Amino acid sequence: MKALKCRECGREYPLAATHVCEFDFGPLEVVYDYAHIKKSLTRSAIESRAHTMWRYRELLPVADSPTVGTQVGFTPLIKADRLAKALGIRELWIKNDAVNYPTLSFKDRVVSVALSRARELGFTTVACASTGNLANSVAANAASAGLKAYVFIPADLEQGKIVNSLIYGSHVIGIKGHYDEVNRLCAEIAGKYGWAFVNVNMRPYYAEGSKSMGFEIIEQLGWKIPQHTVVPMASGSLLTKIHKSYQEIAKLGLVSETPWHIHGAQATGCNPISHAQKAGLDFFKPVKPHTIAKSLAIGTPADGFYSLKVMKETQGHAEDVTDDEIREAIKLLAECEGIFAETAGGVTVGVAKKLIACGKIPAKDSAVLCVTGNGLKTLDAVNGHCGHPREIKPSLREFETMLAAEDKSLVNA
Amino acid sequence: MASKVRIPTPLRKLTNNEELVEVNAATIGDAINELQTRFPGIKERLVDDAGAVRRFVNVYVNEEDIRFLENQHTKLKDGDEISIIPAIAGG
Repeated sequence: MKALKCRECGREYPLAATHVCEFDFGPLEVVYDYAHIKKSLTRSAIESRAHTMWRYRELLPVADSPTVGTQVGFTPLIKADRLAKALGIRELWIKNDAVNYPTLSFKDRVVSVALSRARELGFTTVACASTGNLANSVAANAASAGLKAYVFIPADLEQGKIVNSLIYGSHVIGIKGHYDEVNRLCAEIAGKYGWAFVNVNMRPYYAEGSKSMGFEIIEQLGWKIPQHTVVPMASGSLLTKIHKSYQEIAKLGLVSETPWHIHGAQATGCNPISHAQKAGLDFFKPVKPHTIAKSLAIGTPADGFYSLKVMKETQGHAEDVTDDEIREAIKLLAECEGIFAETAGGVTVGVAKKLIACGKIPAKDSAVLCVTGNGLKTLDAVNGHCGHPREIKPSLREFETMLAAEDKSLVNA
Repeated sequence: MASKVRIPTPLRKLTNNEELVEVNAATIGDAINELQTRFPGIKERLVDDAGAVRRFVNVYVNEEDIRFLENQHTKLKDGDEISIIPAIAGG
């Protein structure tokens, strides 16, 4: 790490807990010394390290060894042949952060960076504004690190996500409003209280953690940049960081710079970025979210502008799917690959299906879908939409009667 | 018509560390101009050369984003609270 730098005007700032440029409010980003990193970060150096996200440590913004979330990352990259067939594409991969450690979403990546850095900067209380997954991860990782945590969430979140924050003993504050309102309040609290808000004043460090998902995809593909990557968009931060991870690995000479396309996925009930992309605009209009994909329900996406830029630069596309399409896609992924994703995963798979069907992702190509969270946390969204168990008495006769009613040939004479 | 403007941390150097500033303005646009008169330099932080509110600045009147109201033409009444807030990453 060399400094923090404004993405809008280029002004530089010291490596402190600060997130916006004093001049134009542009987001600050960590600057690295790539020439120095290039000397030590080779494929063999990376491959000799533990299977966690920290095997790419030089490209993550901590000064010393990480102290929080040291086991996070290196989730499976699954070759999804059955789903590929169902969607009509030659080759398909699932990057499965639904099984990330410890809280089953990609947020463990950003939180381990944010909290490790927060400790380096001397903080003892951490906080976040969250649509759920981030709250879970801050609560769990803060607990294991002995940090005090305050997590702020919309009060109407899925039960699973609320319990998954409470259990770690953190202070969970439910705000009567949607995420954008939680965000606004947290910006004001962060300005007044000296806490490390992972996605407010720690944001430059926090956001960089997402790159590890992209680094892993490249390495797990056998040091290749995927042709197509489909990424769910809430604030749009993950999409921009996946792009950055590909750029960095190419810049360091660890892979040859083959062309890549980054595609963005949103829910139709909260589609400010995909709407702008489809309309050919380079700015978005905020919306009031109304979707079952609550983890993506950000109506004023902070990285919306940069997401649109990345999609334009990489000739990627955006698309959105309705609540019914989200549920269908969750089922399709589960039935084809045995992966139970949360609603955001349904958004990603549903959008991939649409982009492949219309040829925006050509059928002859290869694509990676980023699944970022676990279906066990959003049971409410699919409960009642995937059938019910059939109940019988513990009797062989009843079982065979049931089987025969379905298909007589199934019954063993 | 007195409204209160909550000044975000990055701009408090310009307001002598004042967190809450009272303005007498009919619209958001007028309020920004009044702030500029009292705290020179603050306007260019909030609006770009074309006069539009900057990309990463969100302005709220009583907790509602002005982009859902009438942007800089949004009318103000006695007791309104204006917040100026930088965009935040996802969660």
